[in-house]
Amino acid sequence: MADLTLSGPIERPSRWLASVARGGTRLWCGGTLVGILFLIALLAPLLAPHDPIEQDLLAAQLPPAWIQGGEWTYPLGTDSLGRCVLSRLMYAARTAVAVALIAASLAAAIGIAFGLIAGMFGGWIDQGVSRLIDVWMAFPPVLLSIVLAAVIGAGLTSVIAAIVVVDWTRFARVVRAETMVQLQRDYAAAARVLGLSRGQILRLEILPNLVPLIVTLLAVEMGIAILVEVILSFVGISVAGDVPTWGGMIVEGRQIVYQSPWIMALPIVSVILSVIGFNLLGDGLRAALDPVQRR
Amino acid sequence: MTAVLAVHDLHVAIGERGRAANVLRGASLEVGAGEVRGLVGESGAGKSMLGRAVLGLLPANAVIGGGTILFEGRDLLAMPEPERRGLLGRRIALIPQDPITSLNPVKRVGAQIAVTLRHHLALSKRAALERATELLAEVAIREPRRVLELYPHEISGGMRQRVLIAMAFACDPGLVIADEPTTALDVTVQRQVLQLVERLRQRHGAAVLFITHDLGVVAKICRTMTVLHAGRVLEEGETADVLARPRHPYTRALLAATPRADRPAEALRPVPPALIESLWSEAHRLDRLDVAGRA
Repeated sequence: MADLTLSGPIERPSRWLASVARGGTRLWCGGTLVGILFLIALLAPLLAPHDPIEQDLLAAQLPPAWIQGGEWTYPLGTDSLGRCVLSRLMYAARTAVAVALIAASLAAAIGIAFGLIAGMFGGWIDQGVSRLIDVWMAFPPVLLSIVLAAVIGAGLTSVIAAIVVVDWTRFARVVRAETMVQLQRDYAAAARVLGLSRGQILRLEILPNLVPLIVTLLAVEMGIAILVEVILSFVGISVAGDVPTWGGMIVEGRQIVYQSPWIMALPIVSVILSVIGFNLLGDGLRAALDPVQRR
Repeated sequence: MTAVLAVHDLHVAIGERGRAANVLRGASLEVGAGEVRGLVGESGAGKSMLGRAVLGLLPANAVIGGGTILFEGRDLLAMPEPERRGLLGRRIALIPQDPITSLNPVKRVGAQIAVTLRHHLALSKRAALERATELLAEVAIREPRRVLELYPHEISGGMRQRVLIAMAFACDPGLVIADEPTTALDVTVQRQVLQLVERLRQRHGAAVLFITHDLGVVAKICRTMTVLHAGRVLEEGETADVLARPRHPYTRALLAATPRADRPAEALRPVPPALIESLWSEAHRLDRLDVAGRA
């Protein structure tokens, strides 16, 4: 009996801390950026110094407060109609975040379902789904979104629909491939020998192994969704005209870019920071969620 | 003695139609209740395929050409899929070859043992974990409660193999198929694992089909043995008898090729190529006859 007893497992630091440490700087930076973005979006009515559509034509095209001629009433200046740029950026973040969250989640749900089914059952089901994805991806994505938004009509719903319809393939492809890889693993065979059905194997054994991948994709997809929303509002088929969006602000700023470059620069910076934040977060999460550190 | 498992005249081919390799050519085998039978043969003899056929784990391109696999009197090959799944994990269990890859990397050890128990015995989550603790204690894991909380990569290969053994015996199966369970382990751990299998077998009253190429292992724990070569059974009988008085020239050659502590290394002789040659050509001749007979 004594010779059968091996030593127990070694003491380790807390699992949560270890995960965060694995994520490293990327996780921190990404998490902070995305966290700030979400906070701003959530608290925009409290944080914004002005009503985003309130015009003050006497104070039009004011520069940011720290530049000569700026006023602290308008910390980031005003646009050509005298609307507070900071307030508009904050309210535009609401649209961006709403689109990112809803569109990415829906695209993920649809894509994961198709990917799992194709990966698990193979054969003609897989062929069908894969060809569908191929055909889908043959369309230029932005053009497809624009056409869709144009057909469905402008509005938040159509922006979200356009993103979901285009981007579910991203999830489906990756999830399908990874499901196939995981099914080849010995543990999947072991699960079959335990008498589990295919559905149970998918749900209980394969899906948990896909979580790091899905979370990463989801974060990256949110960044992409924000970009697409900017593009759609840039070409003017996004939400209604009086709702501030980053894309809309870029369009307005473009016309007076020589007189007041900050009006266009500030929304661009917001977009870049958000997308970088989502990508870093995705990258960091991938490292943090991987218990085996397969890197 | 009634047979728990009776494989009769099993034919299995792998590959495309027309270019199939016959991996089992009429193999027959019986395992009595509570019996430990060794199934030996060189690589490619078909011993793992026989085990996989019983478990329903044959590769997708395998075709069962004929024969029956009776488990407790019922034909596994004729049984509807759900009924067969109900037997797997509960009445027929597997101790897999590679403990490193056979556990799901992202699920805690306890959850993995509990899946079987909850699925087949309909235990509550708490009861399943309680039973899992007992099972881990049975396979001589110290601090079983703590090990339940760990992920597979946090425990050693030897411990993972114990976990897999615990899972195999979890539902008191009538038959455990051990597919080279000691091959991936180092020699000191091998002996402990063999002792464990033997002890759990006695306690749970299971029969064991022990697939291995290690005649030393067979001599140690198997009461009876079957020698498989090129998909057919060449010789079978009581282990002591077969090892002391091998009747088939291949068995004799196999024994001469096994290193032993009581013989000088110079006494080691490989199986004569001419013998393998003749056995294979015999097998191929029989193949042609089979094909002709069926056509």
